[in-house]
Amino acid sequence: MAELSFNVDHGYLEGLVRGMKAGILTHTDYHNLAQCDTLEDMKLHLQSTSYGKLLSSSEADLTVSLVDSKLRESLVTEFSCLRSNALPPLSAFLDYITYSYMIDNVVMLITGALKQRDVAELLPRCHPLGAFDQMAAVGIARTPTELYSAILVDTPLAQFFQDAVSESNLDEMEAEILRNKLYKFEADRRAFIITVNSFGTDLSGGERSELYPSCGKLYPEGLRLLAKAEDHEQVKAVADCYPVKLNTLAFLQQFHFGVFYSYIKLKEQESRNIVWIAECVTQRQKSKINNYIPIFPGTS
Amino acid sequence: MLLEWMMNGHAILYTGVTLAFWSTILIVGICYTIFDLGFRFDVAWFLTETSPFMWASLGIGLAISLSVVGAAWGIYITGSSIIGGGVKAPRIKTKNLVSIIFCEAVAIYGIIMAIVISNMAEDFSGTTPETIGARNYQAGYSMFGAGLTVGFSNLFCGICVGIVGSGAALADAQNASLFVKILIVEIFGSAIGLFGVIVAILQTSKVKMGD
Repeated sequence: MAELSFNVDHGYLEGLVRGMKAGILTHTDYHNLAQCDTLEDMKLHLQSTSYGKLLSSSEADLTVSLVDSKLRESLVTEFSCLRSNALPPLSAFLDYITYSYMIDNVVMLITGALKQRDVAELLPRCHPLGAFDQMAAVGIARTPTELYSAILVDTPLAQFFQDAVSESNLDEMEAEILRNKLYKFEADRRAFIITVNSFGTDLSGGERSELYPSCGKLYPEGLRLLAKAEDHEQVKAVADCYPVKLNTLAFLQQFHFGVFYSYIKLKEQESRNIVWIAECVTQRQKSKINNYIPIFPGTS
Repeated sequence: MLLEWMMNGHAILYTGVTLAFWSTILIVGICYTIFDLGFRFDVAWFLTETSPFMWASLGIGLAISLSVVGAAWGIYITGSSIIGGGVKAPRIKTKNLVSIIFCEAVAIYGIIMAIVISNMAEDFSGTTPETIGARNYQAGYSMFGAGLTVGFSNLFCGICVGIVGSGAALADAQNASLFVKILIVEIFGSAIGLFGVIVAILQTSKVKMGD
């Protein structure tokens, strides 16, 4: 009976996010962008899409990293617009989306501190959607328990870190394992990333399956397939049906929160696509330019 | 998990109230049976002693109030989607007011039926069940039934048109050619409210209160 009461609190935001989804670049837009020769051309093409005057107002030289940061900024603006207008339970759902970025930031700060890098230098590289107050203090902690009891217990991340904290000291592999343990709620993507990352290192198939999260759509058949995969081709075969398509399918139903999550993920994918195209353009590698993942093929 | 659900405050309240209610009824029923007082539970006495005007007024009240609840529900479901979709696609604003008008029609059916039914209430001078007469009782019950009919059918019609209208607004924002097709679905949805009005008119066609 969701349709009877959903619109009271969340009808406006659902309409808003569907309108924003209509502004996601289509096949023709990507085609136009791929034809560009310089970043200036790309800027011109992006002006005619929903990005509008995003890039033209900047004073600095147009580089790929500037494009990347501007795109990320626009995603953060849209997300805060949604989040500030949201009532619970939608606000709790949107907060859960930011948690994954927060965990990324925390792990990045920990690894940075281990390599003796200055925390102030790392802070601007944190993903803005995952910012929280005590971020700067994370770099100071030496062991996980100290990290937990001093800093994280006040943040919303406390519930995730509770199970994963152990007495051992932090080192690089441990940080990655920590991150994977925390990510049980973003199951599928992590499974893929673990598989692809573990090709180069010496994690065997058995150890890999231990790290796989125990939820998500891939459980259990997909996970077994992935554990057996030994090279990129096999991973690609498993991956064929999943991430972007699932996200676009979420828009086919009304009155649920999936549209918000899918919109954020698709917008991220779009920024990655644009940055990929921009890189190919600047490095003049036209052959690789079509390796982006189109989101809405063929629609106008 | 069941234990956790039972520990929830709401669940305790609901189970407590339900238990109290049914045990009262059970105990009262048992006592009446044991003490041979079963004759006191008299449905016929209730139906003849309550005035037909009570039934008529209840019918009028239900006709208008349930219709308005249905219309309001439908309007807010559609309205919030129109506003949300209209931010990024302003062209949908005017066209989708048609959905709101369909929901409003449901409330208009309700008030028309309430006025029609209330005009049938006339004075009569009997005081005992024999002097009031069967025709007045029949009038009261018909007016109650008609009010119930039009009220509930308009309630669900309003909700239906509202949900469809919300889908129409969001689809129109994506692709302008979809609106007319979804409007046809809405028209069928509002027809069911009309059925309720027709049946209610038939129910009250033979009503004649008075001496």
